[in-house]
Amino acid sequence: MSFLFHIGRYAMFVKQVFGRPVKHRIFFKQIVREMDVLGLSSVGIVVIISFFMGAVITLQTAYNIDLPIIPKYAIGLAARDSIILEFSSTIVSLILAGKVGSHIASEIGTMRVTEQIDVLDVMGINSAGYLVLPKVMALIIMIPFLVIISMGVGIIGGWTAGTTTGVVPSDEFIYGIQYMFIPFYITYSLIKSVVFAFLITTIAGYWGYYSTGGSLEVGRSSTRAVVISSIQILLFNLILTQLLLA
Amino acid sequence: MIEARNIIKSFDGKTILKDVSAVFKPGQTNLIIGQSGSGKTVFLKSLVGLHEVDSGDILYDDRDFTRMPDKDRIKVRQEMGMLFQGSALFDSLTVEENVRFPLDMFTKQKLDERRERANFCLKRVNLENVNHLYPSEISGGMQKRVAIARAIALNPRYLFCDEPNSGLDPKTAIVIDELIQEITKEYNMTTIVNTHDMNSVLGIGEHIIFIFNGEKYWEGSSQDIFQSDNKELNDFIFASKFFRKIKDKL
Ligand SMILES: Nc1ncnc2c1ncn2[C@@H]1O[C@H](COP(=O)(O)OP(=O)(O)OP(=O)(O)O)[C@@H](O)[C@H]1O
Ligand SMILES: [Mg+2]
Repeated sequence: MSFLFHIGRYAMFVKQVFGRPVKHRIFFKQIVREMDVLGLSSVGIVVIISFFMGAVITLQTAYNIDLPIIPKYAIGLAARDSIILEFSSTIVSLILAGKVGSHIASEIGTMRVTEQIDVLDVMGINSAGYLVLPKVMALIIMIPFLVIISMGVGIIGGWTAGTTTGVVPSDEFIYGIQYMFIPFYITYSLIKSVVFAFLITTIAGYWGYYSTGGSLEVGRSSTRAVVISSIQILLFNLILTQLLLA
Repeated sequence: MIEARNIIKSFDGKTILKDVSAVFKPGQTNLIIGQSGSGKTVFLKSLVGLHEVDSGDILYDDRDFTRMPDKDRIKVRQEMGMLFQGSALFDSLTVEENVRFPLDMFTKQKLDERRERANFCLKRVNLENVNHLYPSEISGGMQKRVAIARAIALNPRYLFCDEPNSGLDPKTAIVIDELIQEITKEYNMTTIVNTHDMNSVLGIGEHIIFIFNGEKYWEGSSQDIFQSDNKELNDFIFASKFFRKIKDKL
C-alpha cells in the first residue's frame, strides 16, 4: 500500500521535475554549480576507492586462476573486464548514492521544513523543477567522467598491485588489458551509470522534497534516500545487464 | 481585495478550518488572531494556494483563485508577497541575492537595476551594509526584515505575513509591525497578518478576525475589541494579567 503510494507520488514528482522550466540563464548557472558540488567534489573519493578496488580484483583473479595452463595475461584481461563491465559503474554509483544522495536529500529536506520551498511555490516557481532538475542534469553530465576515471584508476591499481606483488609481470598485464578489447563494454557501462545518476538524484530529491516535521525527519529522509537509491541501483543493474548484454 | 468564502480545509479527516469567510480590503492591515494551533497558518496557506482547500472560494479582486487554471494562477502568484513564520530565507544566498531573487526570476531588468531595487527594498526595512552576509550571519530580527524586503521586491498587490514578530523583542516587534502598516498604506496593498501578539493587535489592528478552533468567532477593529462580549475572544485577549488590568481601567 505505502509502496504503491510512493511509486505513484515518485512518478508524479519526476513529471513535475521535468515540468515548467525556469529561465535558461538561471538554469545553466545552477547546472554549473551542481556539476562542481556533486561531480568534481566526488573525484577524490572515486579515485581512492577505484585504485584499491582494481588492486584487489587483480590479486583475487590472480590467486583464483593460478594454473599453469592459463597464461598470465589472462589476469589483466579478467581484471579489465570486471572493472569496466561491472565494478566501475556500480561502485561509483553506490558511492554517489551515499555521498550525493544524502547531500541532496538533506539540502532539499531542510528547505522543505524551513518553508523555503513554500517561498518558491508562492512565487509561482516550479519548485521541484527548480531544485532538482539542475542536479539531475549535472550528475548525468558528470557521472560518465567519474566512471571513466574510475576505470582508468582501477586498472592502474590492478597493475600496481599485480607487479609489486609479482603475481603478474608488467608486460603480460599490459598485453592482457588490450587483448580482445570490446569497446561496447565501456558504452554499456556508461549507459548504466547515466541511468543510475538519474535514479540517485530523483530518488534523493523525492525524499527531501516530501520531508515533513523537523531536522530529525530530514535526517531520516536522507537515510531513506541512500538506502532506497542503493537498492534501486542494484535492481536496475540487473535489469540493464539483461537488456544490454543478453 | 481578497475574499474568502466558506473555506473548509481538513488534514487526514481532521477538519482544521470550518467554514471560514472573510473580506480583506486594501490599504489597511488585516489581522488574523487566535491561539497557537487554531488554524491561522493553515488559513493563510490556503489563501495563497499552498494548501488546496476542500471547498470554498478565494477571490483576488474578483478573480476566482480556487478554480483558475494553473497558468492564470501563476500570474496572480506574481502579485503576492509572503513572509513566513520562520523567515524562510534561502541559506545558500546572501542577503542581497535573497532580495533580488524574485527580480532575477521574473523581471527582464539589467543586473544594475535589480541590485538597485534590492538595495531600495533593504533600505526600506532599515537594513544597510549587510548585503553580502548570509542569513546565518544576521540576527533573527534582521532576517525578518530581509524576508519583508524580499516579499515586497516585486511590488506585490497582496502581502501575507505569518507572525512577523514572533521571537522578537517588543521594540523590534513594533518596528516591524509599523513597517508592514506603512508599506501597506504606501502601496495600497491588501495585507493579511497572522499574529497572537496583543501589542500588534492594539498597534496595527485596523481589521481583526479572531479564529477559534478553525472557526471565525469575532470580527472588528482594535477599538471594538475591548467592548466585545464574546467569551472565547475575551479569554484569548485577557489571558494576561496586564490586559485584564487595562480592561478594568476602561
Ligand atoms: N500539513 C499539515 N498536515 C496535517 N495537519 C496540519 C498540517 N498543518 C497544520 N496542521 C494542523 O492544523 C492545526 C492548525 O495549525 P496552524 O499551523 O494553522 O496553527 P496556528 O494557528 O498557525 O498556530 P501557531 O500560532 O502556533 O503558528 C494544528 O492542529 C496542526 O496540527
Ligand atoms: Mg502559525
